[in-house]
Amino acid sequence: MVTQFLASTFRVSTPLVFAAMGGLMSERAGVINIALEGLMLVGAFGAAIGTHATHSPWLGALCGMGAGLLLAAVYGLFAITLRANQIVAGTAINMLALGLTPFLCKLLYDATGATPSIPAGERFRSAPLWISWALVGCCWFWLGRTRGGLWLTFAGEHPAALDAAGVRVNRVRWAAVLASGALAGLGGASLSIFLASFFSRNMTAGRGFMALAALIFGKWRPIPAALACLLFGFTEAIQMRLQGVPLWGGKPIPVQFIQILPYLVTVVVLAGLVGRSRAPKALGTPFDRN
Amino acid sequence: MRRVLQPFLAVGLGLALGLLVTRLAGENPWRVLTILVKGAFGSRNDFGMTLFYTTPLIFTGLAVALAFHTGLFNIGAEGQLTMGALAAAMTGAVWPAMPAPLAPLLAGCAALAAGALWGAIPGWLRARRGSHEVINTIMLNFIAAGISSYVALYPLRNPDSQNPETRVIGSGYVLSPWAILGGAPLGLALPLAVGAAGLVWFFLWRTTLGFELRAVGQNEAAARAAGIDPGRVRILALSLAGALAGLVGVAEVLGNAGRFRVGFSPEYGFIGIAVALLGRNHPAGVVAAALLFGALHKGAADLDLETEHVTREIALLLQALVILSVCADGLWNWVFARKTSPR
Repeated sequence: MVTQFLASTFRVSTPLVFAAMGGLMSERAGVINIALEGLMLVGAFGAAIGTHATHSPWLGALCGMGAGLLLAAVYGLFAITLRANQIVAGTAINMLALGLTPFLCKLLYDATGATPSIPAGERFRSAPLWISWALVGCCWFWLGRTRGGLWLTFAGEHPAALDAAGVRVNRVRWAAVLASGALAGLGGASLSIFLASFFSRNMTAGRGFMALAALIFGKWRPIPAALACLLFGFTEAIQMRLQGVPLWGGKPIPVQFIQILPYLVTVVVLAGLVGRSRAPKALGTPFDRN
Repeated sequence: MRRVLQPFLAVGLGLALGLLVTRLAGENPWRVLTILVKGAFGSRNDFGMTLFYTTPLIFTGLAVALAFHTGLFNIGAEGQLTMGALAAAMTGAVWPAMPAPLAPLLAGCAALAAGALWGAIPGWLRARRGSHEVINTIMLNFIAAGISSYVALYPLRNPDSQNPETRVIGSGYVLSPWAILGGAPLGLALPLAVGAAGLVWFFLWRTTLGFELRAVGQNEAAARAAGIDPGRVRILALSLAGALAGLVGVAEVLGNAGRFRVGFSPEYGFIGIAVALLGRNHPAGVVAAALLFGALHKGAADLDLETEHVTREIALLLQALVILSVCADGLWNWVFARKTSPR
């Protein structure tokens, strides 16, 4: 039973890990990514229709990444090029995703609720789980040990210095936001074609925000952020396990209390009870060469 | 001139982009626009419903704008209004026998207090623990959603309904809708919202405390040098913002549903961000922007019924596109620089 529980913890953490790594890319480069939620949502949608059309989860996941990439391009256009307020633009992107997905769903399948179910043989069994943790290792290595990773960090910490070194800050940020969209899209894909078998309206249900919280909880570092995702996945797994189990004077524990646990943990942690979390210095500040 | 022109241009651009999307779906954009406008303003009842949706958006728009003047981003209006509505509904369900003049007052105060508390928490966390209000307010939105659905499903569940909602409030609490604009549930809440906008204006620009709020928002170091405690001001600002959002509970619970319904808000809190932005954080602008977004919401509901491909989610899409085009500072700098540079 313990191994089963552990397995389910890892499984439900997968979308969070992908999205948190996506958020890491963008935020370490200095672009706040409230839009993770929306990027995941279109990723989940893209993956569901892609898999439905091609009968291959791999191609479906690619579609999910593409959808995330596309929406991230819209976000980048506003947040980087047009220097919109990143929090406002991110909120708008989330609303856009929430409105666009049922709209397209209706257009494609004439059903606003959900996309058609994908048979078990055409879904992922465990591949996204392994890929997500390999990705964490890659992010760790890439951010800390390569030139590209250093550029990314400088774009977020000291963009003027990066500019002086002859690197276009906004190009680095664009690349980071696009990568963030692709990864968050993959996170959404692992929701719709790995954990579930269809896309449904607002199926991310706050997981993008949770990934963002995990990122901040993990102090904007890949491995701690991934572990935070695991912690949040753990609470989700408990919640699935305890649903309807009589514990509390013979009554089942209300699911709602377990549901709010990750959010409560985040608030407590951010309040500095488990060490301070420091954001990249230039996070949220548009870069202007002049 | 730019101050006046830019919001109109931005709204126009956002709507045009939205109509383009409906064109891609095979609808005639002109027809979509006609239905949208008719749906929002076509009849007395339609206009009444537009004003009904406008009311909560004034409250949440003010909640975002007030915080913004203090340099704070209040993404938490959604949670604050949830707690406000829940508190109003709980008061009405727990003491149903309360007589009329006292009852709505009590429930109103409960809504104010619950909203204020939900704003004070991120205010305190920012002021005293240094954790950022954006992430904390988002987290508190989810916590509010969890608490409220627990209350609506277990202790105060409405036994007569299949939906997750609380028991019906006592009759003394009900603010009966006025039958002036068809059957729209318009009542005391609308003048209350407009009055709140006036109060916020007076508070921000005519009182010392309001001045302190704006001082902290504009230049914290200078405010500190002038003897203002920025932490105290931030807690106050987010508490007041939360109280304003909490008043949505009066409009929804006392003036409309008579109970707390899980998921009653179609993202009023998030649309409030757009309302504040479009209204340039000025109370009068907030009222005007709330009317626009209320009209979009009402009009989009009709699109759902009258077109084949367009669903009511188009409201979110249109609102999102309007927000994006409003906040694209770089675009408007470019547009207006070209216009004024030859001078």
